[in-house]
Formats: sequence, structure tokens, C-alpha cells
Amino acid sequence: MSRLSRMKAPLISIALALAATVGLLLVVDAPPIEALGQLWDGSLGRLEKIPDTLITWSPLVLASAGLIVTFQAGMWNIGVEGQIIAGAIGAALVVRELTMPAVVVIPIAFVVGTAFGSAWAVVPGWLRTRFGVHEIFSGVALTFLAGSVAVYLIIGPWSRAGIASTSGTDPFPTEYWLPTVGDYSWVAIALALISVAVVFVLMRGTRYGLRLKAVGRNEFSAFLMGVRTKRYMLSSFAICGALAGVAGTVQALGFHHKLVPAVSGGYGFLAILVVLLAGFRALWTPAIALFFAAVLVGSTQLSLRLNIDSDLAGVIQGVLVLAILVVGGWQARHARHTARQGEEA
Amino acid sequence: MALELRDIHKHYGPVRANDGVTLTFQPGELHGLLGENGAGKSTLMKVISGFIEADSGEVAIDGTPIDLRSPADAITAGIGMLHQDPLVFLPFTVLDNFLAGSGGGVRLDRKEGAARLEEAARRYGFTFDPHTLARNLTVGERQQLEIARLLWLGARVLILDEPTTGISASQREKLFEVLRRLAEDGMIVIFVSHKLEEIEQLCDRVTVMRHGRVVGDAVMPVPAHQLVQLMFGDITTTPGRLPAALGDIAVRLAGVTVTERLVTVSELDLEVREAEVLGLAGLEGSGQRTLLQACAGLIPPRRGSLTIGGRAMAGSGYREFRAAGVHYLPAGRLEEGLVRGMSLAEHFELTSDRTSFFVDWGTAAERADEGIRAYSIKGGAASTAESLSGGNQQRLLLAMMPGATRLLLLEHPTRGLDIESAEWVWNRLLERRASGTSIIFASADLDELLRYSDRVAVFFAGRVISVVETPSTTPDELGHLIGGRSGPA
Repeated sequence: MSRLSRMKAPLISIALALAATVGLLLVVDAPPIEALGQLWDGSLGRLEKIPDTLITWSPLVLASAGLIVTFQAGMWNIGVEGQIIAGAIGAALVVRELTMPAVVVIPIAFVVGTAFGSAWAVVPGWLRTRFGVHEIFSGVALTFLAGSVAVYLIIGPWSRAGIASTSGTDPFPTEYWLPTVGDYSWVAIALALISVAVVFVLMRGTRYGLRLKAVGRNEFSAFLMGVRTKRYMLSSFAICGALAGVAGTVQALGFHHKLVPAVSGGYGFLAILVVLLAGFRALWTPAIALFFAAVLVGSTQLSLRLNIDSDLAGVIQGVLVLAILVVGGWQARHARHTARQGEEA
Repeated sequence: MALELRDIHKHYGPVRANDGVTLTFQPGELHGLLGENGAGKSTLMKVISGFIEADSGEVAIDGTPIDLRSPADAITAGIGMLHQDPLVFLPFTVLDNFLAGSGGGVRLDRKEGAARLEEAARRYGFTFDPHTLARNLTVGERQQLEIARLLWLGARVLILDEPTTGISASQREKLFEVLRRLAEDGMIVIFVSHKLEEIEQLCDRVTVMRHGRVVGDAVMPVPAHQLVQLMFGDITTTPGRLPAALGDIAVRLAGVTVTERLVTVSELDLEVREAEVLGLAGLEGSGQRTLLQACAGLIPPRRGSLTIGGRAMAGSGYREFRAAGVHYLPAGRLEEGLVRGMSLAEHFELTSDRTSFFVDWGTAAERADEGIRAYSIKGGAASTAESLSGGNQQRLLLAMMPGATRLLLLEHPTRGLDIESAEWVWNRLLERRASGTSIIFASADLDELLRYSDRVAVFFAGRVISVVETPSTTPDELGHLIGGRSGPA
């Protein structure tokens, strides 16, 4: 496939999704141009909304960067959502238990959050490489489990004094919140950008990335070449989980400022879409994640101003997925067709 | 009714799987279709049974052309196919399996079905219990079930593709009895096999295919050596191989029993010396691949001992075999050797000895260019593995081989290559041998086996039935051995 047509695929998908959304808005009698304008206004169009969009964008990019590593290894790490929750739990544990200056506590929270996320990811990786349990099933199970552990902590050991509520733990002390400049959570943004750069270099310029890609594309060939395939698979889970753990820590310390049941915000699942749309290429994820973050954040404005349910964001995402599949399928067919013509020529 | 095939063509890219096949099958006849692996038998049968569409040509029943676009069309026309692996739903009962493929409307007439199943069972002597689970049936009984189902669906042509793979001798006798009775009832029975012995035992008529064409058609019995010659063609051996001075024993197998999926190689004793070339002959699935994989350390033997370079390899894994100088090149170049989607530079880098964390792709491309030149690969450093032709893929695989090897294990090293490429490959391999490397290779090409091997081990049904010295063996003799017969009849 030529470079141009590879770049076109996500753009065509997004255009298709937008067109379908406009159609949908017309059906519910909403002014489509104004609605899209509100989406834009509520996310990136106005300066004061941009920080909100970026704090959604950061964990999404972190999780996406991690997923690229597992996907390149041919591992469907669907459990990344649970790995974000595990990271958030680890970070919450640190800020609840330690009473030291923020410059000490916040880095420790990141380290522990990263370790928790990584450990949570290694479980499906280990089940896959040791026992052949498919990582999709164990990943889904472990996501449920992580969510249950979070709920248990919130209504149990970490419940607010006198209240048994699933609305979350007590807020963390403000000095342990991620620092901001203006309203920008610069730590989160910086970590997201670094993760993209690291994954890009890892996959593009290192022997590790080269072997990992070989494992993902043809495990048996890679094994015959002498690659320790299982180790590489397992390590891809560890790396992805670590980045998901960072995302969880950002969610806990930088956005919710406490542990809530839905601390992961669905970004793990959304990241899967981001990565599919990006075609597993790290450099594409920031832009595509920005689009998703803008739709998510902007849709809250939509409900306030136009009285359209903010679930429209979910609809747009869903339509986008279908558009990706349709465009992807069309492209694959087109590629086969061209290949056949080439053969006959 | 008679089934006629007229000028059937089916090409896969440059491969002519069927190249103008014209053939007639008569009712009441047990018609054998004989040919080596890759002769085009299975493709032809898939065309007749609607699994694939021919590029051109016509299938006609009693002179009327029929339109075959799916297996459903075929069965409507009365053509049923029994696959190598019977299509059986294991968790279902025998009766439910029988009913599962039945046509008709929404309503399922279990009573009617049960009666028909019983009738078929009585007529043909099937032994299974309709209410047992299909997973409890032997492979032979699953075939019976499938035959019963096809008959119920109105099959008047029954195609069996290598039906004796994986079933016991007594099950085979039983199957043959059923097939004879079906033919007596006026059905067309097409029996596809590459086993001479079975065709001789069962069939009234035989058609031999080679390279996608019909090369012979005769009423049985036909002298075996004629069939062998039709199957393999006229072979001109040129014993141009220089005898090499053999060294110490490089590989020794003693009483090795090893199982891979359906194939078990039992009680194998074999010695290969340094600089010796051992050819493995036999029909596909007779145990050659199993032996090679055991020697590569991919499947641990269940019994017996395996020694490489004087070192007992029991309990060692693939990486230890690799470290001991063993290199394995499987038949599937793109599936089991190269990585689709990765460039030649990436392949060279993957198999290099370098261990630096970062890869400098600039110098990697230069090194790839060197390898490409040295092995005359038609492709660039940035070309993907799948963009190469088969011959160039094989060249790339040879270029990726480690520098020092003790034992090379090769599956069909020149399959699908043109003569020039094949010779080039063998020159490279013989260079390795000259420096003391032992070579064990499996091939279906008698000429290749006799030309390059010092000895040829002939496999039949998981056993080495004979080890022959090449200079004193004729292609004819080898062909007979491969077919499971000890000599010309």
C-alpha cells in the first residue's frame, strides 16, 4: 500500500463518521452545524477548554502508546482498562499512606502506580505464554477484577468517615495533586509525549522492537531464528501495563484527585480504537487521541447548550469504529484486487 | 449417469494446479485418481465438489453442464465429497450430525432421519450407535457417518480425498467394502490417493495426474511399474555428484520414537556422518518432517536417544540444538522461515550476531545489500519478504543461515524453484558439505534425492522401510519403495 493511501485511511474514516453524525443530528432535529460548532467550542475552540481536553488526552495517549507495544507483538491486550485501574490504586495507596513532601510522594506514587499496572498486565501475559490462555479472555476478567477491587477499597478500607458510598474516597491532600501551570497539567502532558517518543524509538530503532515485531508477525519464524518468543511477549505486556499504570496515576492524582470506581474513564477501551485507527504507528496516536478527547470533552457542552444528550460522544465513537472497519475492509479488498492485477500483468 | 469434466483450468498465480483436465467417470465404477502431492488431484476434486470455482472448463452430468458455485450446488447435483478430516461436529450425537447437514425447511424430522440412518447403516454394515457422541467414534466410523449423510442428501457421486490417512488397516478394509458396495449400487466412486497399493487393491479404473494434467488413464490391473512411471515421469539421473570423504558420526538416532500430531515415527535407528547427505524419501506425511523436527529439537522424542556431535541431546530444547550447530529450514518459506511484512534489511538484522540495543538502519541496509549481492537475491534491502519469488525467498533463507553449521535439516529445499535456482541452492548446500556439514533433506523429487544424496532413507507410514545407497538405486526402484512396495511386480 502506498504511503498516501495509508495516511488517507484514518482521515476517510473520520470524515465518514462525521458525515454519519450529521445525518444522525438531522434525524433528531438538531442543527448539525451548530452542534459540531459546540463540540469544537467545548473542547479545543476556546482557550479555557483546552486544559480539560488535554487532561483527557494524556491518559488516552499513555494507554495507546502502551497498546502499540503489545499489538506489535501480536498480543491483544484488551485488559489495558484494568491495568489503568491497578495503576490508580497503586498511586492512591502511596498518597494515602505516605506523609512526606510532595516532591517525594508524587514520584513514588508514579513508580508504584507503574509497577501495579505492569504487574496487572503480566498476569494475562503469563497465562498466555505459560498455559495458552487467550489474553483477550483473561484481560476482560482482570479488568472486572480490578474494578471490583477499586469498589471494595472505596466502600471498605478506604471509605470516607461515616459514609459508605461508591462516589469515591476522600480527596487526596491538595499538595499531592499533580502540579499545574495555569490550568495545564504539565506533568501528564509531558509524560504522554515522552511515552509516544519512547515507544516510537523502541519500535523503530532498537533490536528489542525489531524482534518484538518479528514475534508479532510470525511467532514460529521468529522462534526458529532464535528469538526467545515467550519472553518478548511477556515483556510487551509488562511495558504496556507500565504505561497504563502511568495513565492510572495521572487519572488519580491529576484528574479525579481521589480514587473513584470509574477511575479509568474507559480510556483503555478507547485507546484500542485510537491504536487501530493509527494503524499501530506511535506518531499518529497523539493526533487521533486528540480527536477522541475533543469529542468526549466537547459533548458535555453539547448537552448544556443544545439539550442534546452527551452520549452523542459515545455514538460518534461507535460510528467511527464502524467507519474504520468499513474503510479498512474496503482498503484490504482494494489491495488484494491491485495485487491480483499486478500478478496478471 | 456419467460425470464429465471438460478442459478444467485452475491457476493460483503462476501455478497451474489444473491445466486442462478432461475426464469422464462412469457409474458403477470405482475410479482411482493417482498422483504425487501437488499433482492437482485435490484441486480438481474441490472444483467438482463446488469448494472452488475453476477458471475455465465445464463439469457435466449426463451431458448437461452444471453450475457449481458452492458445495450446496454440488450436493444438489448429487456430488458429495468426503474430506480428509471428516466434517463432524464432535459434541453432537451421531444422529444430530446426520441431521445437521440435511436440507429442507425449518422443521427437523428426527424420526425420518433416524429411520434413514438406520437403513443406511444396515445396508452398508455401519456399526455406530446413533445416540452416542460423535467424539467417541473412530475416524473410520466418522467417515461412515459422513457417507451416510451424503447418501441421504442424494449423492450419486462420492469423492474420497485420501480417506485412508490416519485410519487403521481393519478400518481401511471396512471402508473398501463399503465403497465396493456403493459402486455395485451404481454410484460413481472417485478414490483420490497417492498410494499405489490402495489403488491396485480397490479400483476398477485409474487416472494418473502429474503437474496439473491427466497423463494416463487405464483399466485396472495395470503393472505397477507403469503407474510409477506415469506418476513420476521419465527420470534421467545424472550422477554428477562428487563423492565426499565422510567423517565421524555427526548424528546418531537410536530407537527414537517421536510423535507429531497424527504422524508417529517409531523405533528409528539412523546414523549420519560428517559431510554426508541423507535424503528422506516417502509420501508426504510419512514421517520425514517429524524426523527433521526431532533432529532440530522442536519435538522431544518419546523414547530413544539422539546424539549430535557426540553429545546426548535428551532433554535439550531447540535453542540447545541450535547452539550445537543444527539449522532447520522448513518447507513453508514464508510461513515458517521468513516474516511477512518485514524487509530484507530487517531479516538480516534479526539473524545477525550483533547485540547492540540500538540498530543503525543505515549500516544495516548496507550489510543487507552485501548479503543480497553475495546470494544474488532479486530484491532490495527495503523489499518485503513476501514480495520475493520462491527462489529468492530460498536464497534469502540461505543467506540468513549461521556461518558455522554442523547439521542442516531441509524440507523440500528446491520445491517450486526453476532448474537454475535449484542448482544454485544445491551448489551452496554442497559448499557447506565440503566444509564438513551433514545434510538431511526431505524431498518428493526422486531426481533430486538420487542426485544429491549419499544414501536415501525411504519412509512409509512412520517407518523407514529401507535405506538405499544412491549409485546403485534406480528411480524406478525408489518409486516402488515410496509406494510401499519392495520391488517391481
